[in-house]
Amino acid sequence: MTSIPKKHPPHTLSLTVNGETHSFILGKGPNEVSPSHTLAQTLREKLGLTGTKISCDRGACGSCTVLLNGKAVFSCMLLTVECEGKEITTIEGLSDPKTGNLDPLQQSFIDHTAFQCGFCTPGIIMSTKALLNTNPSPTVDEVKEALSGNFCRCISHYHVLDAVMDVVKKEGNQ
Amino acid sequence: MTDYRFIGKSTPRKDARDIVTGKIKFINDVTIPNMLYGKVLRSPFPHALIKNIDTAEAMRIPGVEAVLTHKDVPEWMGGASPLHVRILDNKVRYVGDGVALVAAETEDICEEALRLIRVEYEPLPAVYDVEEALQPEAPRLYDMFPGNLMPPENRIFGPHTLQEVVIGDVDKGLEEADFIIEGYCTYENIPNPMPPEPPGVIAAWEGSDTLTVWSASQGPHMFKVALQKRMGSINLQSIGSPVGASYGSKFMSWQYVLPAAALAKATGRPVKFCYGKAEHLAAFTVRLGSRIYGKVGMKKDGTVTFVSGDWLVNTGAFSETAQAMVAVGCGEAQLMLRCRNWNLKPKVVCTNRTASGQIRGFGGQELKCALTPIITMGMEKAGLDPVDFFKKNYVKPGEDFYWRDGIRWVCRGIDFSAAIDRGAETFGWKEKWKGWLIPTSVKGAKRRGVGVGVHGNADVGEDVSEAFVRLDPNGTATIYSGLAEHGTGQRSSICKMVAEILQLPLERVSVTPTDSRVNPFELGPVGSRGTYAIGSAVIAAAEDAKRQLFERMAQKFNVLPEELETKDGTVYVKGRTETKIPWIKGMGYDSTCMGHGRFEPDFSQPNFMMIFTEVEVDTGTGKVELIRVVGATDVGQVIDPLSLTNQLNGCLGSAGIDSALFEETVFDTRLGRIMNPNMIDYKWRTFSELPEMEHVILETPFPSHRFHAIGVGEITPSPGPSAVLMAVSNAIGVRMNDYPLTPDKVLRALKKIATTKRRGKR
Repeated sequence: MTSIPKKHPPHTLSLTVNGETHSFILGKGPNEVSPSHTLAQTLREKLGLTGTKISCDRGACGSCTVLLNGKAVFSCMLLTVECEGKEITTIEGLSDPKTGNLDPLQQSFIDHTAFQCGFCTPGIIMSTKALLNTNPSPTVDEVKEALSGNFCRCISHYHVLDAVMDVVKKEGNQ
Repeated sequence: MTDYRFIGKSTPRKDARDIVTGKIKFINDVTIPNMLYGKVLRSPFPHALIKNIDTAEAMRIPGVEAVLTHKDVPEWMGGASPLHVRILDNKVRYVGDGVALVAAETEDICEEALRLIRVEYEPLPAVYDVEEALQPEAPRLYDMFPGNLMPPENRIFGPHTLQEVVIGDVDKGLEEADFIIEGYCTYENIPNPMPPEPPGVIAAWEGSDTLTVWSASQGPHMFKVALQKRMGSINLQSIGSPVGASYGSKFMSWQYVLPAAALAKATGRPVKFCYGKAEHLAAFTVRLGSRIYGKVGMKKDGTVTFVSGDWLVNTGAFSETAQAMVAVGCGEAQLMLRCRNWNLKPKVVCTNRTASGQIRGFGGQELKCALTPIITMGMEKAGLDPVDFFKKNYVKPGEDFYWRDGIRWVCRGIDFSAAIDRGAETFGWKEKWKGWLIPTSVKGAKRRGVGVGVHGNADVGEDVSEAFVRLDPNGTATIYSGLAEHGTGQRSSICKMVAEILQLPLERVSVTPTDSRVNPFELGPVGSRGTYAIGSAVIAAAEDAKRQLFERMAQKFNVLPEELETKDGTVYVKGRTETKIPWIKGMGYDSTCMGHGRFEPDFSQPNFMMIFTEVEVDTGTGKVELIRVVGATDVGQVIDPLSLTNQLNGCLGSAGIDSALFEETVFDTRLGRIMNPNMIDYKWRTFSELPEMEHVILETPFPSHRFHAIGVGEITPSPGPSAVLMAVSNAIGVRMNDYPLTPDKVLRALKKIATTKRRGKR
């Protein structure tokens, strides 16, 4: 006598991104999140949050940096399934969702033209945000160190440092 | 100096808010309904015949919509002139060359299908060295190129396209010389410009005759023209996206667009085709290899009496633009060196490595990096200060040169001596320069040295640009331009130009999307041509539109059109600002003024960049640290200060200065493979290793256009590498000509580790 296979309820996963909680079914189908998917893939492909960029896809360039419980992580190096129950913030979640007001960092990047092509900018802003979360008044060397995992090929580094230090100064931290 | 409302003032980039909020859509951020994904199966062999391909198993995977091989791709041709590269061929010519194409519902399914394609190869001997490739018995890449030698180009820049510098009489130069220097130098570390965004495209067909291509091209309109040449007379719409940087490399790249178009055609569905980073670094494009055997004559006072030599250019498997780059490089050599007698003969050679592309510095950087170290040996012999030498020999108004079109142009630009003096002063050159192969300072194992390099091109006025400017009655202006935004802020800068002419608030001026169906011809922002060439077309269109506006408004005031002025969407009689009439009162709600502008090529106003560098060499470890960089230029008039300094700071990146220090594509000549196609092993400068950076920017008006400005962005990295060689050589007291100056080479030069044989035959 063959046993009837028991039907398991589908495995689900919930992610909290920019303050909103999303539920996904784990699986290989087009509307499911695969256990092999990286957080970067899920953010971009399932949630349409394409502000998070994939460049090297191997944890070397920082383009995919997001905040996980306030800390900067490479979203290309995390599996989505590892992020269950964590608070994720992407570049899209940095401005005020109600008023649309920009984070002071974003405004400072605009004021200093702290980018050229802009591809690496979301990652740089998120890494900086993570630094300021733990160290609101960093020195310029601390900013450099915090951003040393963020690749920028146009060489907008100098303007980025001006933009960040301007925020540090304006916020009255230094 | 004129005080403008917008020009010369820092204004936020038009796209700034979208960039900092993540809203901006790069090509890989775009999806369109029913879209498939495409991937390439790549060759593991540097040179092989494909004996058999079996795609049956791959085709059986659910979600696979097409698998194409050399047997069934369209006969569209790429490569240089003459076109010689098929999309897929029955022969592969480098590790990473395309073998098969797959289109499927997801990228994961594509990857799975690639693994199931069975290929039988017959490996062939491969050749990587430019001189070995020229030997009669060398493996031949293309039947049509005996000796792997690309024929000289005689079309791209007209019938006289510059393919060598043969001027005057070298024998005479030999007689006149006080010193004759013979030297050999290579710039063959084939650095990668490595923009963060890998190349990507979406292709979609309507019926069988109309193709739409969305791509990160640096010149979407010119790309349309180029693709039509390769694909025959189809209807083609080229739509640009923001470019996640290019540095030249994504200007026109058929090698990923034609496969996408072939897959889209085969499946009848849109296909997105975006490279991963490993493909980007191992199977896209690197710099040309450059090797020079040169001979230079010099007088004691720094007069160059002749330059002769062989310039061996290694394209890898192909290069779309090598001959064009040779033409521009040959022109740029003359801008740097005033000399009556030349015999510089390039050879453009194919080898079995990944292709070479166009990169910031476009031939000139590749040439200069190999030629300048030979010239500096002459300066050393004559005991000349290199700053004085460059100042004496850089092209000046009234002097002539042969540009890429083979035509003799007379410089009617400006004298850059003031920029050189100010740059030297800011850097402290006089205090730091102690003579050839003498360090600036020695502190224990740390030795400092300084070096200087120069570059300039006459391409600021290259090629044609067209633009329309449309005035709407509500007091807004729209620029129709095919100008792509690739990081220089140029789309915002042309808005500033139009806002200045029409005296409109900047937010009332916008640019159309880069869609070739909407916009007139635009070559694209290359060769520093954005400010002069593109700017001139836009300025002319705005002036034309303003003229039409005044013609319509004149009757309202009962004056002649010339007596009118406009500000903030109103018109008034000059000097009588009390009566202002909004545009709509004269135009009505139901009309527009459409101004046309066109720029014709002008190679008479070269630009200029000098880079001063100071390095510190640790003679214990061999590590070279770049301490300080000072750039000096004269741009006529700054359009946007922050965008300009950004571009000048760009001298470090995009296979620029750092290609002298640590950037290289490491190529294994046993396997024909690139060993570092990832961003850990390919070295790049981080935030924590920034040198001090300062720029001297002069504004001596150019006779260019209304704002007397010219561009400089493209050339900023190019003077750097040879300046670094000079600085390191001076620091350690040993001449070093071997890019990049990694610690092992420095220690070898210091005889702290054993020497190895250098490349090169002679």
